[in-house]
Amino acid sequence: MEYLTHIMILAMIYAILAISLDLLVGRTGFLSIAHAAFYGLGAYTSALLAVKCGAGFLVGVLAGMGFACVVSFVVSLPSLRLHDDYFVIATFGFQMILFSIFNNWMNLTRGPLGIPGIPHPAIFGWQVNSHWDFLLLAGIFAAFAYFVVHRISSSPFGRVLHAIREDEVFAKALGKNTLRFKVTAFAVSAALAATAGSLYAHYISYIDPTSFTVMESILVISMVIIGGADSAWGPLIGAVVLVALPEALRLVGMPSSVAANLRQIFYGALLVVMMMFRSRGLVGRYSFGR
Amino acid sequence: MNALRCEKLFKSFDGVHAVSGVTLEFPASGITAIIGPNGAGKTTLLNVLTGFVRPEAGRCFLGSHETTRLPPHRIVLMGVARTFQNLRLIGRVSALENVLLARPRQRGEHLLPALLRFGVAREEADNQQEAMRLLHFADLDNLANTSAGELSYGQQKLLTLACCLATEAHILLLDEPVAGVAPEMVANILTLLRRLSANGKSIVLVEHDIEAVRRIADLVIVMDEGKVIAQGAAHDVLGRAEIMEAYLG
Repeated sequence: MEYLTHIMILAMIYAILAISLDLLVGRTGFLSIAHAAFYGLGAYTSALLAVKCGAGFLVGVLAGMGFACVVSFVVSLPSLRLHDDYFVIATFGFQMILFSIFNNWMNLTRGPLGIPGIPHPAIFGWQVNSHWDFLLLAGIFAAFAYFVVHRISSSPFGRVLHAIREDEVFAKALGKNTLRFKVTAFAVSAALAATAGSLYAHYISYIDPTSFTVMESILVISMVIIGGADSAWGPLIGAVVLVALPEALRLVGMPSSVAANLRQIFYGALLVVMMMFRSRGLVGRYSFGR
Repeated sequence: MNALRCEKLFKSFDGVHAVSGVTLEFPASGITAIIGPNGAGKTTLLNVLTGFVRPEAGRCFLGSHETTRLPPHRIVLMGVARTFQNLRLIGRVSALENVLLARPRQRGEHLLPALLRFGVAREEADNQQEAMRLLHFADLDNLANTSAGELSYGQQKLLTLACCLATEAHILLLDEPVAGVAPEMVANILTLLRRLSANGKSIVLVEHDIEAVRRIADLVIVMDEGKVIAQGAAHDVLGRAEIMEAYLG
């Protein structure tokens, strides 16, 4: 049972990442490969504050969100002026820079040695220790991410994001400062990804740079694509499918070493199949194959 | 009302002068048509005036305010809106949503009000009412909930006009508003433009359809090779045989 709740907690953490990335990819039409970088920023900010300063969980979450917002602002101002492939490459570059910092700033992050001993969260007297407690906490965070993205998407703000995705020139011609909308969407997306990072750090109690590589970004993109972008449930479904199905391979008795390799093949094959036959994902509205 | 003007504008692409030393002042009301052969620089001039293209030299003004280096959205908020030669709409959403998008200064377009919804519902209701009024003006109110992409070409042209009006701009720059439209729809569009002009809007249109220009323009500007080669009252300019023959065929 504990194993099952562990998988569900991971699915919730990835759901936060996928839902937040959908705000940028599905709703605004900008494919970012830097999501794991913001995930890592949240994790490292929260972990360092907890381990070095004894800060509480919520302080770490808020600091991670704030820091991710500030960094996203600095990154997005130049990169969001770029379009399509150029934006993807710019975010890839940023992802690599952040990973290098996580991996090489030994005095702060301890590099590949990672940061151990991150305490479990305590929120207003609620000590989050058991897997069920963590599942509840992760569910609350995922619901918060869903609420934020849904509220934005269904508002006039979301209408402009949609217009930017469909035809940015038209949005400009109607008097919309498209850069402001894109920067804001990027910041919200980054801040929500940071909450997932904080949650992950305090759940696993140990972080190192291998959790925040470009492969992690691609995994989250795969969740959005496979579940379906620009939809209420698509990213959540994508997260659950991509977290749970590889685990199912182990449950059928496949050795871990084989299952790990098969997982990569499975992701790749699923992406190819979805692009060929269902570019809107399982329940999405935005087609990547346009 | 502020008039739109430009001084000694230059813009070239790959060494070809698209706009070359153009100085113009558009009247603050009435209908002005810019005509000329393909490649004369008409659309480039519109792009420069609306901030979509930066000129290499020269300046643009709206009244006493210089707009030369302002981004397009700022120029729209100052009261200059435009349409495009190639139709630009959000085809997958309704005609109503397209017009709603164009409403200026919406509180719900800011993050916190969008999240918390303070005052957004009432504002949205007001905007919907105004959008329906504009769709009624364009005779599209019965198609308000139809996807923009499913409208006929002429109806889409009308919808772009409604979007332009929804920005509350008082100067409308329309790039070929009747090109490719069925004759009965042309008549509708021209009637609407006349009504807008009578209501005080200043309309500048780039148009190849000389008959349409003859029917509605008060002032005509003729461009060729990036330069203004003639301008004046419509009946004067369009009555000059050398212009009609040399530049319009």
